[in-house]
Amino acid sequence: MTAALLIDIILWGSVAVVGFIALRRGRTVLTASVREGGKDFINIVPRVALGVIGSGYIAAVIPQEIITGWLGPDSGWLGVLSAVIAGAATPGGPVIGFSIGAVAIKAGGGAPQVIAYVVAWALFAFQRLILWEIPFMPARFVWFRAGVSLPFPFLAAAIAMAIGRP
Amino acid sequence: MIVIAVLVAASVVLVWRRDGVDGVLQILTSDLTLFGGILPRVLAGCLLGAFIAEILPHEKVARSLGPASGIKGLLIGTAFGAILPGGPFTAYPVASALLTVGADFGATIALVVSWTLIGYGRAVAWELPIMGTDFTLWRILISLPLPVLAGALGRFVYVRMYPKDAP
Repeated sequence: MTAALLIDIILWGSVAVVGFIALRRGRTVLTASVREGGKDFINIVPRVALGVIGSGYIAAVIPQEIITGWLGPDSGWLGVLSAVIAGAATPGGPVIGFSIGAVAIKAGGGAPQVIAYVVAWALFAFQRLILWEIPFMPARFVWFRAGVSLPFPFLAAAIAMAIGRP
Repeated sequence: MIVIAVLVAASVVLVWRRDGVDGVLQILTSDLTLFGGILPRVLAGCLLGAFIAEILPHEKVARSLGPASGIKGLLIGTAFGAILPGGPFTAYPVASALLTVGADFGATIALVVSWTLIGYGRAVAWELPIMGTDFTLWRILISLPLPVLAGALGRFVYVRMYPKDAP
């Protein structure tokens, strides 16, 4: 709860700072940006509503055991590949993503595979893409971004293998 | 939007067949609570994006984050993504705003990838307590070069995919 409160304070603090800068540029600049931001907000709310309310159902029909099963112990590059797919397919927020990673480590999963899982989850988790990235960003950018990000979970796993950490 | 709506509708039916009306309602109430909590943050993110689009001098953004900004632009994008406060409700509107005021795909990719991989918010709030310090620190260390590489790859591919947009 305190972490959420802190995030809210930093967030609204930043809004206040940039809003103040806008105000100093003139009242019209301030009202124009507030109107623009308000318009974005109204446009985005239905999509966020669909995403947030809908994603709970999507998460409910994907059993977590399947995902942990994919993160087999010391499975080499095949394990890394399944970890990447599992990361992209993991539903829900950070608690679920990291908890599955923690379970995988405890269950004997290799560190490079878990690194690949966490990185892939951060880059491609479909729920975040659908819920947040696509509503706010141009769709062309999102697909392009996801496409060029593809090699990086594998690169992260390769670095982890090379340095033998964590 | 339509694809997502269909996906959600199918999932609702699956939940309903498995858990009945109670299961559907239980998810609905918890998601509505989440939605209510997120709403003010979405507003803050939209305002932040709009203010940033308004107050940042466009020609300066185009110069320091545009297609010709080189590795420096990718580094600025990475640094900005790492320090960006808040969650997805801030990161994506701000990234979108930068895109409209002249940042190129490369620098924006660096920003988004940096926010998601080395941004402190999620690491401190979730990864550290759940995964432990050792894993988190090594994971972030390994991730450090990735935003710049992703941005560079993005630029490399972009000018070949959309040659007419090239500087």
